[in-house]
Amino acid sequence: MTLTNRSAADLASALQNCEISAVECASAFLDRIEVTNSTVNAFLTVNREGALETAEAVDKARAAGKPLGPLAGLPVAVKDVLCTTDQPTTCASKMLKGYQPPYDADVVQRLRAAGTVILGKTNMDEFAMGGSNENSAYGLVRNPWDLERAPGGSSGGSAAAVAADMAPLAIGSDTGGSIRQPAGLCGITGLKPTYGRVSRRGLIAFSSSLDQIGPMARSAKECAMLLQAIAGHDPGDSTSLNIPVPDYFADLEKPLQGLRIGRVASHFSEGLDPEVAEHVEQTFATYEAAGATIHEVELPHETYGVPTYYLIAPSEASSNLARYDGAHYGHRWDGTPSDEKGITDFDSPLVEMYCRSRAEGFGPEVKRRIMLGTYSLSSGYYDAYYAKALRVRRLIRQDFSKAFENVDVIGGPVSATPAFKLGEKTDDPVAMYLVDLYTVGTNLAGIGGISFPCGFTKSGLPVGFQLQGPALSEPLLLRTAHQYQQATDWHLKRTAAFSS
Amino acid sequence: MSAETQYPFTTVIGLEVHVQLQTQTKLFCGCITTFGSPPNTQVCPTCLGLPGSLPVMNRRAFDLSLRAALALNCKIALFTKWDRKNYFYPDLPKGYQISQFDLPFSYEGHLEVCDPKGAFNPRTVRITRVHLEEDAGKSMHDETAGTADSRIDLNRTGTPLCEIVTEPDLRSAEEARAWLNELKLLLVYLGVSDCNMQEGSLRVDANVNLHVPQENGRIAKTPIVEIKNMNSFRSVERALIYETERQWGEWQATGAEIGSMPKQTRGWDDSAGVTRGQRHKEESSDYRYFPEPDLVPVTVTEEQITEIRSAMGEPPSVLRKTLADRWKIPANDAGVLVNQGPDLVQYFEDLATRVGEGKVASNWMQQDVLRTLNERGGNITDFPVKPEAVADIITRVQKGDFDTSRGREIFASVVEKGTSVAEVVAGMGIAAVDDGDLRALCEELIAENPKIVADVKSGKEQAAGGLIGQAKRKNPNVNPGKVRALAIELIQALP
Repeated sequence: MTLTNRSAADLASALQNCEISAVECASAFLDRIEVTNSTVNAFLTVNREGALETAEAVDKARAAGKPLGPLAGLPVAVKDVLCTTDQPTTCASKMLKGYQPPYDADVVQRLRAAGTVILGKTNMDEFAMGGSNENSAYGLVRNPWDLERAPGGSSGGSAAAVAADMAPLAIGSDTGGSIRQPAGLCGITGLKPTYGRVSRRGLIAFSSSLDQIGPMARSAKECAMLLQAIAGHDPGDSTSLNIPVPDYFADLEKPLQGLRIGRVASHFSEGLDPEVAEHVEQTFATYEAAGATIHEVELPHETYGVPTYYLIAPSEASSNLARYDGAHYGHRWDGTPSDEKGITDFDSPLVEMYCRSRAEGFGPEVKRRIMLGTYSLSSGYYDAYYAKALRVRRLIRQDFSKAFENVDVIGGPVSATPAFKLGEKTDDPVAMYLVDLYTVGTNLAGIGGISFPCGFTKSGLPVGFQLQGPALSEPLLLRTAHQYQQATDWHLKRTAAFSS
Repeated sequence: MSAETQYPFTTVIGLEVHVQLQTQTKLFCGCITTFGSPPNTQVCPTCLGLPGSLPVMNRRAFDLSLRAALALNCKIALFTKWDRKNYFYPDLPKGYQISQFDLPFSYEGHLEVCDPKGAFNPRTVRITRVHLEEDAGKSMHDETAGTADSRIDLNRTGTPLCEIVTEPDLRSAEEARAWLNELKLLLVYLGVSDCNMQEGSLRVDANVNLHVPQENGRIAKTPIVEIKNMNSFRSVERALIYETERQWGEWQATGAEIGSMPKQTRGWDDSAGVTRGQRHKEESSDYRYFPEPDLVPVTVTEEQITEIRSAMGEPPSVLRKTLADRWKIPANDAGVLVNQGPDLVQYFEDLATRVGEGKVASNWMQQDVLRTLNERGGNITDFPVKPEAVADIITRVQKGDFDTSRGREIFASVVEKGTSVAEVVAGMGIAAVDDGDLRALCEELIAENPKIVADVKSGKEQAAGGLIGQAKRKNPNVNPGKVRALAIELIQALP
């Protein structure tokens, strides 16, 4: 059994017992990335030298008998949306090509403090905008289960890296489903924590009120390991929760006897792939067998989730991305006349520089969302769009609060279909937006959600199951997923094409 | 005559004032705010607007702005939030300014202004709102090179800025200037801002139009003009006078009323002494305000308001009265002193305490200290003669070492030479004249002035004044009062 085939939990104990060194471990994954990345394109930057240096330092510290955390020496892949001082941070955009941040994101600081070995930065949809990872300025990511299919997005690189054994652990970010959906499509486990549980400082903002960083790994237990390292209050993020971080392992092994799981009937209406429906229903049955009870709940405003999300997120994005103007850092138009059609009559050389820099630096989906957001915030439209979306957001939040009066968690599909073909939805933005149907509600409500594999289609594609829980219910979500993974082995399946 | 009756119309003015708060650090990051540092040395990822950076509110800045709002008699919102004001400009690195839009932290206040000379009636100006926002950086356009190069300094970016908006309650340029002086004084006394217009810590825009009564009783209103680019209170006054007259001319020529054209922005050209129209396009900005998702709303408790109010100190309007009462000086004296700012009041109170007589100290302040200060320019804190030195001179005058006019010469000399009073006194050969010497001098003068002696003897005591000038020529150190008294005594004693 090669090192890269082993789970993070397994590697952690091997490292602690000095059965393997951190350098060996890092080298194995780095070698694996070298072989695999040209096909999968999960990594934008591979930091071989830095990773090996860190691994060596961990080995020395361990040899010297210094106390080390449980994650020390474990390799981790970080989505290229988090600032790192030792590697470029591009958000998969031409706009930030080669951009080197002068500070580490809070999560990166915590990962370094925990002794993890950051292998590199993973591919993503540009500025985290997309659900297929086809919007990267540096090439799409392929789903390791079927290279002709999308891994999902926007954390497609992180999901594919874990699925293809290029990293045992990965960091993703989730604004409308960007951790859970690719985790589901790639057959791994991914958690979107409660808004404010993990600091956003150094996370390049897409939609500030929705963005949240979370762990991605093969299993819920490994997600718990990673979450334990990255969660916590950060005085540098005003929206960070100043609430103690619980021990995410404390309840993990508790059986599910008496757990009340909600089921939303409307999740099983038209549009849901029958194979996905079957596996999801089977998962409810597995839970029932484990002693949980299933209850029908209603989320009456869920159908408005996608339109609400596609007003709020682009509105915030249009403002968050205004800083990329070519004036201070990032891509700037070099002054050569452009043959691109469009406006040629600029008010001033400054405005021309702005327009051309942004026209060249941003990809089509980013431009589309900037335009959507700018429109919905404009005077005369604000009340009809943005303000109304905020009101619907409150209703969606209330739906969840009401549902959680009767159930502990809500279960259901992550995505309506398994991984779709590359290029299948790229010409139809609305179809692409609908991939977020089951996931955006979690972000709009600011609560937690986890996604994990619950079966495979006949053609061999993973199917994901989502659990949503109230604010700060991470221990319960992790436990509920872990208990399922104790009873099943879907999360242990490796892709035939990419098994290492 | 009141200013508002000079014209056959009423001038209506509202002001929008931006003041930088006197905090050590910026509004949303820990960078210091010192003025005049080398460009781009007081910056961090947050105020540079780097990707992934987040703001954290400086509560001290918020409390300072609460102090200003309370002093302006504003209502305080117990719940307030931040909004983003979106626009592109190179000195705005995030592409938006964090400001307050629909829920400012304070609103509905007022500040009164009086003119001690009665040039206008006391005027209460209503404050519409006071809100807090972050300042932008500075763009410096290199016009000399002809390359249209622009340089950006982001040291100022993120400095806390209080925006004070008034209702259109002012009725003349003179009132506007006086009100601004009162506002500045208030903010300086409260330690809210240094209000230094040269350094940009106080900036004023004015909205002005004319209300012209018509024969049928209707009031016609001219289009409102916003004036920008005024860099002193004097410029504000001049610009408003110019604009009032310009609008009156335009009204007579065109009869254009409010609503017939979009609100116009005009820039004040100080050297040409005119306002000039700015491009219309800049006015129709849509800032696409929306709530700032990176910050949490701010709550204020009644206890916090009480605490800030109790630590606030006296506003100038109250201080004028307490100073007059405490030192038994005329209201006008107190007004002059208070209007010079807290440092000068402290100087005066130090002096008055040492001298023990408010009125004497006030006289010296008004006639000597202030006059010299005005001539020399600069701040009272840098004034070369400290209160103890002035007190030393006054005490010597009171003891009779020399008279007031001699004291003034000494004061001027101390200012000029920068030495101590004792050194100047010694250097001028000033020494108290011994009684024996004084008697000998008077006897000499009596012998030399038979005419004066005869006049005094016949009851015209004022004739003795003629001896004083002569006495001072013989010995500059003599005390004129003593010379007069002794000479009269000696003359009366003559057979």
